[in-house]
Amino acid sequence: MSDKPTKVLLVDDEPNILVAIEFLMVQNGFLVEMAFDGVEAIEKAKAFLPDIIVLDVMMPEMDGYEVANHLRQDQAFVNTKIIFLTARGTETDRMNGYGKGAEIYLTKPFDNNQLVSVVQELATYG
Amino acid sequence: MSTSIIIISSLVYLLLLFLIAYLVDAYPKKGKKLVDNPYTYALSLAVYCTAWTFYGSVGKAASPGGITFLCTYIGPVLIAPLWIFILKKIIRISKSQGLTSIADFISSRYGKSTRLGVVVTLVSFFGIVPYISIQLKAVSSSFGILTNEGKEWNEALNNASFYDENAFIIAVILTIFTIFFGTRKLDPNERHGGLVAAIAFESIWKLFAFLAIGIFVTYGIYNGFGDLFSKAYAHPEISSIFSFKESEVDSWTWTWLIILSMTAILFLPRQFHVAVVENKDANYVDKAAWLFPLYLLLINIFVVPIACGGLLQFPGGEVEADNFVLSLPLYYGKDILALIVYLGGLSAATSMVVVAIIALSIMISNNLVIPLLIRTGIVQEQSSGDLSSRLITIRRISIIVIMLVAYIYFKAVGAGFSLVSIGLISFAAIAQFMPVMLGALYWKEATEKGAMAGLLTGAFIWVVTLAIPTMAEVGLLSENIITEGYFGFSVLKPYALFGMESSDHIAHAAFWSLLLNTGMFIGVSLNTVPKQIEITQANLFVDIKKYTKKGSEYELVKREAQYRDIENLLHRFLGKKTAQKILTTYAKSENINLEKLKTANAQLVNLAESHLAGAIGTASAKFLLASVVKEDPISLEEMLSILDETHEVIQYSKALEKKSEELLSTTQQLKAANEQLKNFDRLKADFITTVTHELRTPITSIKALSKILSDNKDLDTDKRTEFLNIIVSESERIARLINQVLDLEKVQSGRTKSDFKVLDFNQLTQLAFKSLKALFKEKNIECITAFPSTELLVEGNADRLTQVVVNLLSNAIKFCDPEEGKVKISLQAESPNLIVLKVSDNGAGIPLEKQQLIFEQFTQLNSQRTGKPAGSGLGLYISQKILKQHRGKISVQSKKNQGATFIASLPLYHK
Repeated sequence: MSDKPTKVLLVDDEPNILVAIEFLMVQNGFLVEMAFDGVEAIEKAKAFLPDIIVLDVMMPEMDGYEVANHLRQDQAFVNTKIIFLTARGTETDRMNGYGKGAEIYLTKPFDNNQLVSVVQELATYG
Repeated sequence: MSTSIIIISSLVYLLLLFLIAYLVDAYPKKGKKLVDNPYTYALSLAVYCTAWTFYGSVGKAASPGGITFLCTYIGPVLIAPLWIFILKKIIRISKSQGLTSIADFISSRYGKSTRLGVVVTLVSFFGIVPYISIQLKAVSSSFGILTNEGKEWNEALNNASFYDENAFIIAVILTIFTIFFGTRKLDPNERHGGLVAAIAFESIWKLFAFLAIGIFVTYGIYNGFGDLFSKAYAHPEISSIFSFKESEVDSWTWTWLIILSMTAILFLPRQFHVAVVENKDANYVDKAAWLFPLYLLLINIFVVPIACGGLLQFPGGEVEADNFVLSLPLYYGKDILALIVYLGGLSAATSMVVVAIIALSIMISNNLVIPLLIRTGIVQEQSSGDLSSRLITIRRISIIVIMLVAYIYFKAVGAGFSLVSIGLISFAAIAQFMPVMLGALYWKEATEKGAMAGLLTGAFIWVVTLAIPTMAEVGLLSENIITEGYFGFSVLKPYALFGMESSDHIAHAAFWSLLLNTGMFIGVSLNTVPKQIEITQANLFVDIKKYTKKGSEYELVKREAQYRDIENLLHRFLGKKTAQKILTTYAKSENINLEKLKTANAQLVNLAESHLAGAIGTASAKFLLASVVKEDPISLEEMLSILDETHEVIQYSKALEKKSEELLSTTQQLKAANEQLKNFDRLKADFITTVTHELRTPITSIKALSKILSDNKDLDTDKRTEFLNIIVSESERIARLINQVLDLEKVQSGRTKSDFKVLDFNQLTQLAFKSLKALFKEKNIECITAFPSTELLVEGNADRLTQVVVNLLSNAIKFCDPEEGKVKISLQAESPNLIVLKVSDNGAGIPLEKQQLIFEQFTQLNSQRTGKPAGSGLGLYISQKILKQHRGKISVQSKKNQGATFIASLPLYHK
């Protein structure tokens, strides 16, 4: 773990979910930025250059997969880790998610501890 | 002049005829040369010129309106060019079918109908017999004039016993002559070369005689036409007779008399006989078409001069004008000329009588007697033996009977009439054949029933307008019929039927009989269905050219018979000799050995039928052959059943086609249903996915935040309150979603209808609006409402309808402009039956392509405020379902950036 705090970008169209995740991330010492939809997520990511992105899949206009796709094409985000967070819980959805370049695929409702430990792990071991 | 000279010269003349006829028949090779040429043919047609022409034309010409005598000749001259088409066609048909009389012709065309043959025969008989009897009168009176030289004319004419004696002798001689030449042998073609030669000779003689007297009057008594006419015109009485202007004859009468003579020249039985039956080659017609008119012209040149001469010579009317041709030469002492003229008259009369009687006797034996014998089975009973001699006997008896009736008629009424009037009455009877004959030649749709109806009607009118009044005129019937009308009805006056006055009885009768005859013929034909055999015959007649080219392949049905049977029939009815000749000729032309022949093919059967038809008539021939021919021509029933079967097959295939179409449409329906099911399945999957997603989202925040709260007991109050509020609101969200899903279920299963009540939709809407007023205020949305003052009754469920209104209003709140929100609500009865609620917002609007989509489940647009969907996506879907249950509708009108207007309509409730 480096000295710099790990930067985490949280993306979800449900503000109440963001509230919960933000609390957990801040509590565990991460630097947090939030976006409410896909377009905003890309903008914020470019400015914030997060180490980890927690990305909701089902969002209006631009869904999580599209955001991931878009970021993967950018050299700046080669090392950025993406955690998909989705209410879609089927196995197909899961495989889909990994195919889109996700490191971790978590389903909603998630377990608080699991989410935190996954982020911590990614932050530590890359 | 002494009686003996006249009798001897008459007998010599008749013997000369016998001799000519005999020689031609005895030396067939030389005879053929003489007979078989267009000139003899044209001369034989001149049998048209009878004693009526010879004596009557002058008589008619010398009486007021006399110029009408010309009609009798104008008609044939006018029609002669058409012979090339009509007459040739008749000849070709008759030859191909073995037809030997007009009765047979008509019977054959209309399905070989026996009864039609009977009718034609009877009409001919009653039409012609008076005509024959009048010839007897002409001959005997001319004989009387010659022998009573020096006596008073009237005395001679009134010497009744003498008259009768003469007429009887003449009748007997003519009968012998007719039997001798008409029935010496039974020729299936009914061709009598000797007779034709004799007729042609007679035509030459009568023309010669008439020209002789004409030249004598014009150039012997007077100095040519000029001298004669100038003298005649000096007499006002005479000139008035020949003036067209002052004549009593109108164009109406002219027209009808010409029409009558046009039909007579073709359809008089004797004309039909010489022109068609005796014809050897149809192409003779081409020459006859101008030779015959020429003959008529020649024989008529001197009619008017002789009439003038006679009137000038015998102005007082002491001499009957009919006899001018004889009295003029006698007056001038030219006995030889008078004798020549007398023999000319005799030739005109004899030729007419002989041919007419032969023609009639063929009809009577073939169309009356033989059908009767065959039908009654008399002929069949004597199953073996030669019947041809019996047929000849029948023919001979017919001849005697006809002559006898003619003689009786002559004695009874004949004396009271002029030659011309009886002749024209005959013409009018024969004219009744015109419609059916023209139909036979040119109109395939004509049916037997139509022909029968036309003929019977025409004949009936002829009887009531001519035959009966004629009998009344001579005193056989009451005169009242003429003056008062039949049964005392004035509209039924025989000479003024239905109140139609005509200057001429003949024209009047011709008009009515032909009009009604033709009308019935056409009318009934169009309304009756022809039998198969009628159709076959119609085709054979109308399209004769087609069939004569192809030979005899025209039969619709294959016919086959035992050769023995055919041979037998021919032997019996034609005699062994004739039959054998026909069969060997056939065998030679077809290269067949008759000894080995077992079955007769259609060709031979047809040949036999045409020969039999010649001998015994078409109808009888058909009847006889039917008993031996294997396959009768298809009967109407069979034809119909074939048609029925065809019809059934067509029906069946149509049904199949329909079935397969139905199958196809069923398949398509199934496909569609399947597609719909798949769609439903997909929708259901989508629905579940969406619902689970919609449920998971609030649960996610609830679960995460509750866990935070439970893990962090020391959380500050603000955070704790915030988190708890979120948990509460998310829980509410879940509850709401569950309720909506349940609503949806209820709406979709349509379970709500039973609780419908009459309610005031105005009040309902206002209440819903009130409950949301706080929300409008909170979001700072301007509200414009337009509610009516009266109640608007609808029948429905208050909760459901409230749900719709709330949904529309909350949608408006969600989607109106976030900064300056503006919502319009209006409610009104747009028509006596319709309530309309309009809710408009001023938001971003709905793109056209999404306007339909928003009414489907789980589709939603992003909220203007939060940029994300603000509902379950079920609201409008549910609203639409509810309105449908209330027989209402919902629609949207929107343009981009100009807001959206949702229009809900409901039917107004009427008590």
